Amino acid sequence: MLDYVISKYNFWIYVILMMIGLYAMIGKRNLIKKLIGMNIFQSAVILFYVSISVKAGATVPILSGHSYGHGELIEVAKYLNPLPHVLMLTAIVVSIATTGVALATLILIYRRYNTLEEDEILKIRRDTGV
Amino acid sequence: MIWQLDLILCLFIIICAIAAINVKDLLAAVIILGAYSFFMCLLWAEMGAVDVAFTEASVGAGVGTVLFIAAVSKTKRRSKD
Repeated sequence: MLDYVISKYNFWIYVILMMIGLYAMIGKRNLIKKLIGMNIFQSAVILFYVSISVKAGATVPILSGHSYGHGELIEVAKYLNPLPHVLMLTAIVVSIATTGVALATLILIYRRYNTLEEDEILKIRRDTGV
Repeated sequence: MIWQLDLILCLFIIICAIAAINVKDLLAAVIILGAYSFFMCLLWAEMGAVDVAFTEASVGAGVGTVLFIAAVSKTKRRSKD
């Protein structure tokens, strides 16, 4: 059991990071803190995907020039799986776009309510009925 | 993949994540999040995902931190929790 836990430690660390992000999104009241939690959550998911592609004793998925194009077979076990890398490349760019839109919305909220604490915003909304 | 280096980087990442959500100063939290992104970038370079590491260093840590700092400078720096 302990051996199993230790041999898959990357996945445990990804679960811990995901829980830290989830706690920040639910438990913190400041909106920027919630956004930081969302960033941590996203990179935890990306860490999970990149961990899938790791093989023991494999190297970076770049073919060297002389072994390519001469009809030889490429040994797949020697190279990492590049498909999750490419997918996560897109995910990083999308996460930055999401963060940008969220920060713009946050500045609009600050201009309207003059605070970024969730409980104060809810109190103002309850008092004024807007 | 060198597991000692991997474990040290994962430890630093968890410390940075916990510090980023517990610091009361928002600018400090954002800078710690940038450090977290750079540690993540090191971890991916170490795991063999060099293209992901490259993108994370430029887009995730660079542009993300700049956007966060701009938003914090437009709004309030203190946070209650």
